[in-house]
Amino acid sequence: MTINRHDALGLSDADVLEIYRTMLLARKVDERMWLLNRSGKIPFVISCQGQEAAQVGASFALNRQKDYVAPYYRDLGVVLAFGMTAKDLMLSAFAKAEDPNSAGRQMPGHFGQKKNRIITGSSPVTTQIPHAVGVALAGKMEKQDFVSFVTLGEGSSNQGDFHEGLNFAGVHKLPVITMVENNKYAISVPFEKQIASENVSIRAKSYGMFGETIDGTDPLAVYAAIKQARERALNGEGPSLIEAITDRFTAHSSDDDDRTYREKEEVEEAKKKDSIITFANYLRELDVLTNEIEQEFNREIDSIVNEATDYAENAPYAAPEDALKHVYEEM
Amino acid sequence: MTVMSYIQAITTALREEMIRDEKVFILGEDVGVKGGVFRATDGLYEEFGAERVLDTPLAESAIAGVGIGAAMYGMRPVAEMQFADFILPAVNQIISEAAKIRYRSNNDWNVPITIRAPYGGGVHGALYHSQSLESIFANQPGLKIVMPSTPYDAKGLLKAAIRDNDPVLFFEHKRAYRLLKADVPEEDYVLPIGKADIKREGTDITIITYGLCIHFALQAAEKLAEEGIDAHIVDLRTVYPLDKEAIIAAAKKTGKVLLITEDNKEGSIIGEVAAIIAENCLFDLDAPIMRLAGPDVPAMPYSPPMEKFFMVNPDKVEKAMRELAEF
Repeated sequence: MTINRHDALGLSDADVLEIYRTMLLARKVDERMWLLNRSGKIPFVISCQGQEAAQVGASFALNRQKDYVAPYYRDLGVVLAFGMTAKDLMLSAFAKAEDPNSAGRQMPGHFGQKKNRIITGSSPVTTQIPHAVGVALAGKMEKQDFVSFVTLGEGSSNQGDFHEGLNFAGVHKLPVITMVENNKYAISVPFEKQIASENVSIRAKSYGMFGETIDGTDPLAVYAAIKQARERALNGEGPSLIEAITDRFTAHSSDDDDRTYREKEEVEEAKKKDSIITFANYLRELDVLTNEIEQEFNREIDSIVNEATDYAENAPYAAPEDALKHVYEEM
Repeated sequence: MTVMSYIQAITTALREEMIRDEKVFILGEDVGVKGGVFRATDGLYEEFGAERVLDTPLAESAIAGVGIGAAMYGMRPVAEMQFADFILPAVNQIISEAAKIRYRSNNDWNVPITIRAPYGGGVHGALYHSQSLESIFANQPGLKIVMPSTPYDAKGLLKAAIRDNDPVLFFEHKRAYRLLKADVPEEDYVLPIGKADIKREGTDITIITYGLCIHFALQAAEKLAEEGIDAHIVDLRTVYPLDKEAIIAAAKKTGKVLLITEDNKEGSIIGEVAAIIAENCLFDLDAPIMRLAGPDVPAMPYSPPMEKFFMVNPDKVEKAMRELAEF
């Protein structure tokens, strides 16, 4: 018999259904982007597939009306949970003027939307950690009660900004939660060639902060860890480093072919723990996810994704000379 | 008016801005209890406390990056790089992030940060405490680079930088800190970023430069005036983006132009100034554009004779000015 684990976390049935629905939406938006890419309609896609549980579980543990997030390029689940829409994401995929992230200036996966406190990101990895630390510092100075939440891949945890940012946060005991989404590959280079320590979270000790490694394929485990991290942050107990172990079901991006560096069987094995399936099973076994609800979710999401795609495909590009705008403040 | 050294003008501007706007705060190495290695933040820790005059870990990318994050939130951080020479670990944060955030977010986010850094030679600082690094950042639209030459300009331009809604690199000549003293108004004033300033009106030759070299040119001009050579001296003040109008007007005024920088000659700010003049003033020129700069060696040596050899000084400027006048 399946034991109800979400009650104890303070999550209602409606909450866990919403978590599942958001994961499913992230997956389906992502899958559509691959189809669009392979049919030549969009130039690039970089995927969240395999990491939705970590992204959505964590986001639901945050205050989505208050907290700031500095996501990395795979965080479709985070930005959807924080208020970005499928339409927004498709507008970004098609590089159209209405794309709220950048009006089509940046590649997809480079998120940013001030009204939802999603901090704009770039392509050089890990630069977002000092930004999240700076936002947390500002919040502390202004006596606000929010945290900043920053994510990255495990490969990015080797950058200097990881060390500099986390040490800064540790010294000043800032309300920052760093979540490393460890999908075991930095493009083609596996974990053991990237990181000398047994895991990433052990590094927390050297920054004087709490660290733990959790199952990133279980949204409830991630929810619990981030919720506790948030409580510590707001209690003045300082930052946390959470390492969520996930899998990357796709190649690094639409421009990568992962068959050259990992076995097909490895991916097949990982997909057996696909959180979209395992979490749905958990909810079904508890009768929280009924056939009816599941069908409704699928119908609704398919129509959201279809409408978003059609809208974005038909939306106008920015005028070419708009490339000259917004270098500096325009008076 | 009060007579103030260049560094006192900096400290005064910081203090007044911190009083004016509580979102202004300082972060950097040794800026707090110690008051800065040059004492630019002297007394501010005592007046504003540890939170607004924040001693950071020794990590330049974090100083810039944390400042950028706080600025995106809506604070007005003034980050100090202890020496311009040590800004290089923060280049990714400055160029990939600060410079591009407004543009890449289509005006959704902006970064009102000021990054101060002492630069320049002639202080026995050797390779890594003497450099002029402005040209590294001077082809990065989104950034502004301000390099004041006088206490008056330093105060007014630093205030403008702190109030600017875009990232400003503010390079202060470390030899100017205590060498230069001048009248500075006690009241609040700002000077426009992006505008050059005529430091001496003249009719025979035009000198365009910035920073400490302004003073070398002014000294040389006084000497040459006795010989009847009347120099027109323009202070760029903002070296990026350049004040093209002022450059063109100054070049046309005399038709003879000497450009001076303390930096290495190749790829320096004055190369771009020369290009602007070449594009716009060819038929107004009576002599080839002349450049005076540091030699193209990696950086300034420690040994005093070699340091002196590297540095621009009033004698070298005078020689170049006379040569140009006689062309």
